[in-house]
Amino acid sequence: MTKNVTNFLSPEERRERRMILLLLAPALAVVGLLLIGPLIWMGWQSFQGPDGFTLDHYARFLSDTVYLSSFVQTFRIAFVVTIAALLLGYPIAYVAAKSQGIWPPIILGMVLLPFWTSVLVRAYAWLILLQRRGLVNTMLIETGVIDKPLILVNNEFGTVMATLHILLPFMVLPLYATMKKIPAELEMAGASLGGGGWLVFRSVFLPLSLPGVIAGSVLVFVLTLGFYITPELLGGGRTFLVSMLVSRNIELYNEWGAASSISMVLLLLVFLIFRLASMLIPFERIMGTR
Amino acid sequence: MTSKLKFTAATSLTLCLGVGWLHAAEITFVSQGGAYQEAQTKAILDPVTEKTGIVVKQDSSPDAWPVIRTQTATGKPIWDVIDTPTKDCMRGGEQGMIEKLDLAAMPSVAAMPAELRNDYSVAYEFYSSVLAYNKDAYGENGPQSWADFWDVEKFPGTRALRNHPLATLEAALMADGVAPADIYPMDVDRAFKKLEEIKPHISVWWTSGAQSAQLLADGEADMVMAWNGRVSAVMAEGAPVDFTYNQGILQYTSLCVLKGAPNLETAMKFIEAAMSPEIQANFPEYIDYGPGNPAAYETGKISAERAAQMPNSPENAAKQVLNSAAWWSSPEGEAAQERWAAFVQQ
Repeated sequence: MTKNVTNFLSPEERRERRMILLLLAPALAVVGLLLIGPLIWMGWQSFQGPDGFTLDHYARFLSDTVYLSSFVQTFRIAFVVTIAALLLGYPIAYVAAKSQGIWPPIILGMVLLPFWTSVLVRAYAWLILLQRRGLVNTMLIETGVIDKPLILVNNEFGTVMATLHILLPFMVLPLYATMKKIPAELEMAGASLGGGGWLVFRSVFLPLSLPGVIAGSVLVFVLTLGFYITPELLGGGRTFLVSMLVSRNIELYNEWGAASSISMVLLLLVFLIFRLASMLIPFERIMGTR
Repeated sequence: MTSKLKFTAATSLTLCLGVGWLHAAEITFVSQGGAYQEAQTKAILDPVTEKTGIVVKQDSSPDAWPVIRTQTATGKPIWDVIDTPTKDCMRGGEQGMIEKLDLAAMPSVAAMPAELRNDYSVAYEFYSSVLAYNKDAYGENGPQSWADFWDVEKFPGTRALRNHPLATLEAALMADGVAPADIYPMDVDRAFKKLEEIKPHISVWWTSGAQSAQLLADGEADMVMAWNGRVSAVMAEGAPVDFTYNQGILQYTSLCVLKGAPNLETAMKFIEAAMSPEIQANFPEYIDYGPGNPAAYETGKISAERAAQMPNSPENAAKQVLNSAAWWSSPEGEAAQERWAAFVQQ
């Protein structure tokens, strides 16, 4: 059947197909050379020991308790960051989508502004804000709210704060894009049928914005899984995420294979998350291409 | 610039290059970069060139070990001499990646105490993991021993330790009453048990030297185990910080030569020159790290005042424990490192 269709293609159409392939070739070559190739190499390496093929690197997932606790902590932090980003991001996106005139660009501009500052700089900024003699603690002590400094950084809390701040735009933007496409008429229709503001929001707007919720959540969740700088700088050594496990393995076992195996497992988990999410909404919408 | 000057410059450059090329007396030297490598350039590398004519090309790598592995695996290394933690030289030597030192041709090295060298490497510069504290928190009666660091009743306040077992386990054993002379071989179980005691009081497990300095400077931690050079830099900036060498853990990096190095013979000559007491004595002039060769203190080039600030001057060294790179590169040492992450995380 397919063969027949190809045969029926006119010469112009075939030329066009060749043209498309030709135009895509540089991009495909770059992806193949810089992404697919190294990934295959990494996968191969994760099965290599000093004496050839080995499952040792994967066996450590069962024998080394640090592996499991790192994965658990990483997923827990990713979950907390995602929920917090959703709670903070949804109202922002909502107001931006509903407001008129110059407000949407101003609101989105404020969301994007920190985006243009280096992640490293922002992580240090949080350190200055949150440390024992930092701005937040000093202010709270001087106003008499507390009399002993709160421990806000060098722990999981500090890590979550900074990661949340860095990733918030990834939640707001897909939400805004989805909300913008919800026709205002649907809400009016809901209201004309006697629905109050809350009822209309809950039964009309919220369900229609769900694709944005899923898209933003998946992005934030998956990006948090690979975070390195914020837990390293603000985690106080106790926050030990998968990315740090990778670097520790290179130091400790002097084997790229040990680090590769962790990366492979994390990669598979990310694929799994995308697969599950795409069962709920099409993949193209998660990536914001449609 | 006049054309005559240009001509002179060009000729002398050609001459220099020509001479260098003819004698091929050059090596590639690798250290860890930053202010530390800059200080070495003035203290050691330039004087060696002046004395021997060996042209020193430099490279730097914060962690040389993976590069050592890759370069020697190909059989055609580009580096000659590396300045790296002693452990790298030792395990590299055992795995056939490092050349043995030719001691017969190295009188300065051969004259050094045996504990500061092995078949593959020689101690090049010293630093120490010391107990530093905030003077605002403790006044003039700051903590003076690891037992004090562990004493949260007498010395309340926040504490920070390095997120690494090296030196931390040694400190725990001293806090538990082990005499400095009896530290090695280490009772790892005992050390971890002692660490569990202080763990709830540690607010930060630091990972980089810069971070330890920041913790002290910002008053985030009242007591920190940190490298002496980092602490003195914070003190020089005027922060209310002090430290003691008492029970410090004395550590050193070593020089070693890659297996099959392109300029093997010159590399050995370079090491002999770099380790000579006269040149080693330049270290304290440029940085707060001590010369690897203790004979440098007998040259008269280091003032008594400066020696008192150095981690390995005879008086200060006597108060400290010499870190055993041999123990840390043994299977027990490797196991202790594997155990560390689980300890910190739980």
